[in-house]
Amino acid sequence: MSLGLAEVAKIAHLARLSIREEDAPIYARNLSAILELVAQMNAVDTTGVAPMAHPLDTAQRSRADEVTESNQRERFQAIAPRIEAGLYLVPKVIE
Amino acid sequence: MEWETVIGLEIHAQLATKSKIFSGAAIAYGAEPNTQACAIDLGMPGVLPVLNREAARMAVMLGLSIGAEIARRSVFARKNYFYPDLPKGYQISQYELPIVQKGQLTIDLEDGTRKVIGVTRAHLEEDAGKSLHEDFHGQSGIDLNRAGTPLLEIVSEPEMRSAKEAVAYMKKLHQMVVYLGICDGNMQEGSFRCDANVSVRRKGDPQFGTRAEIKNLNSFRFVERAIEFEIERQIDRIESGGKVVQETRLYDPDKGETRSMRSKEEANDYRYFPDPDLLPLVLDEDFINAARADLPELPDIKKQRFMTQYGLSAYDAGVLTASRELGDYYEAVVAALGGEPKLCANWVTGDFAAFLNKDNRDIADSPVSTAQLAGLLRRIQDRTISGKIAKDVFEALWAGEGDADAIIEKHGLRQITDTSAIEKVIDEVIAANPDQLAQYRAGKDKLFAFFVGQVMKVSKGKANPQQVNDLLMEKLKD
Repeated sequence: MSLGLAEVAKIAHLARLSIREEDAPIYARNLSAILELVAQMNAVDTTGVAPMAHPLDTAQRSRADEVTESNQRERFQAIAPRIEAGLYLVPKVIE
Repeated sequence: MEWETVIGLEIHAQLATKSKIFSGAAIAYGAEPNTQACAIDLGMPGVLPVLNREAARMAVMLGLSIGAEIARRSVFARKNYFYPDLPKGYQISQYELPIVQKGQLTIDLEDGTRKVIGVTRAHLEEDAGKSLHEDFHGQSGIDLNRAGTPLLEIVSEPEMRSAKEAVAYMKKLHQMVVYLGICDGNMQEGSFRCDANVSVRRKGDPQFGTRAEIKNLNSFRFVERAIEFEIERQIDRIESGGKVVQETRLYDPDKGETRSMRSKEEANDYRYFPDPDLLPLVLDEDFINAARADLPELPDIKKQRFMTQYGLSAYDAGVLTASRELGDYYEAVVAALGGEPKLCANWVTGDFAAFLNKDNRDIADSPVSTAQLAGLLRRIQDRTISGKIAKDVFEALWAGEGDADAIIEKHGLRQITDTSAIEKVIDEVIAANPDQLAQYRAGKDKLFAFFVGQVMKVSKGKANPQQVNDLLMEKLKD
C-alpha cells in the first residue's frame, strides 16, 4: 500500500497540518512504510482473537454523578488571546 | 410514477444528569457563558476523562425499554474534526461497539394501525459547545458550557415511509425518554433534537435512493415540514432528469424549505479510533439489573392497564398515559373518589386538561389538587350538583376559592332535588307561558326544550335536570 501526493495533502489537511510541498514525497514514503507494516500485521491469522480496544486488560472506572468543579472562568480566560462577554473569541466560522 | 420515501432518524437526547459525561462540571441550562466549562471540557493538556456512571445507567434504561441488546462491553472512540466549539479537536463518542444495539419501537399510525420501527443502535457521546456568530468585531464567540454534556444518540433503521411516520416515531421516543426520566425532553432548549435521512425511490425498487441528511430539527412540526419539502424536492429533481446528491441540508423554518449547507471540501472523514484515554466500558449483571429495577411502567403497558383496569377507551387511555404526570394525577383522583373511573377520565381529559392548556401550566403547578377534584366529582356522584353546575364549581376551584363543598355552599349551588320545589317552579313556568303550552299540547313537541330551559333559568340551573324532565313530561300532558 503506497500513498500518493494527493493523499498526503488530504491527510495533512484533515489534521490541519501545513507541510511544504517539497517535503510531501518524504511524508508519502514514511507514511507508506507505516501502512506496509500495518498490512503485514493484517496478514496474520487472527481467527478467534478478540479485537483489543486498549492495551490494558482492565475496564473503565466510573464516577458518581456529582458536580465537583467550580467556576474558574477567569483563570482559564487569562490565557485566552481574546475574550468578550465571557466568550472566547475566535476567527469567524460560518456554517 | 409512484414514489416511495425512505426515512431514518438520528435523535440526540440530552441525558438528565447533574454533571457532564466525563467531568464534574455542572450542566445547568442558561448559565453565564463558560462558567460551567472545566479544564477537562476545555481540553487542557494532561487532563483525563472519567465516565459518569449515571449516563451509562440511563443509556441502559433506554436499551431495556426498547427491547435492545445491552453491550456488556462497549468502547469509546474519538471522532476527529476541527471546529472552534470542539476544543479537543475530537468528540468522544462510540463507534464500533455502542452500549445499546438492535432495539425496536412500536408506533401508532393515524389509521389506527401500528408499526414496528427498528432501532439500530444508541450510543453515548459528549456534546460540543456553542458558536455565536453575532458580530464580535468580525469574530465568533465560543461558549463551552455545553461541551461535555452527555448525549444519547439513538439511530433508527431506515424504516419510516412518510413524514407522518417519522413524526410518530419521534414522538414515541420523546415520550419514552421523558417517561424514563433520562431526558427532560425540552426541544426549545435543544435537549431532544433530530437529524433526518431522507431518500426516495421508485416503488418496488430494492435499492435505496441517494439520501440527503437534514440537520438539527428541533420541533415535531419542523420535522414533518422539512421531510415533506425534501421528498417533493427530490422527486422533482429526479423527474426533471436530475440526480439527488448526497449532502447535508438545513431546514429554514421561515421559508419552509431545506437548503444545502456549504458543501464541505471533502466528504466527512472522521478517522474514528478507540480513545486511548478511556478503557472499555464493562457492565456487569448487577448494574443492568439495577437499571431494570428502576424502570417505570412504560407508556404502552400503562395504556393497556388503564383500558382493562378502568374500562377506558383506547383514546382516553392514550390521552391519560401521554405523560407519567397526567396518568399519576388521574389515578390519584380515581383513588380519592373510590371509583367512577369514567367520570374521572372525562374530567381529567376535559375541563382539567383544558384549563392547564389555557393557562399554559404543568400538572405540577395545577391549582386544583387531586383531592379537590375528587371532592367535586363526589358532589356530582351524590347529585348535590349537576354536571353543568360542576363546571362553574371547577372554575372556582381553579381560581382558588377553596374546596368544592365550600364553593357550593358559598354560592348556593346545591342542586334542587326536592320534587315539590321543582313542581312549584314548573307550575310557575307553565302559568307564565299559556301560548307555548297551547302550542305544545297542539302537537308542537319541540317546545318541550323551551319549558326545560325556562325551568332551569328560573331555578338558576340548580334543578336536577333528570327530575325536571320527568316532572315536566307529566305536567305538560294534562
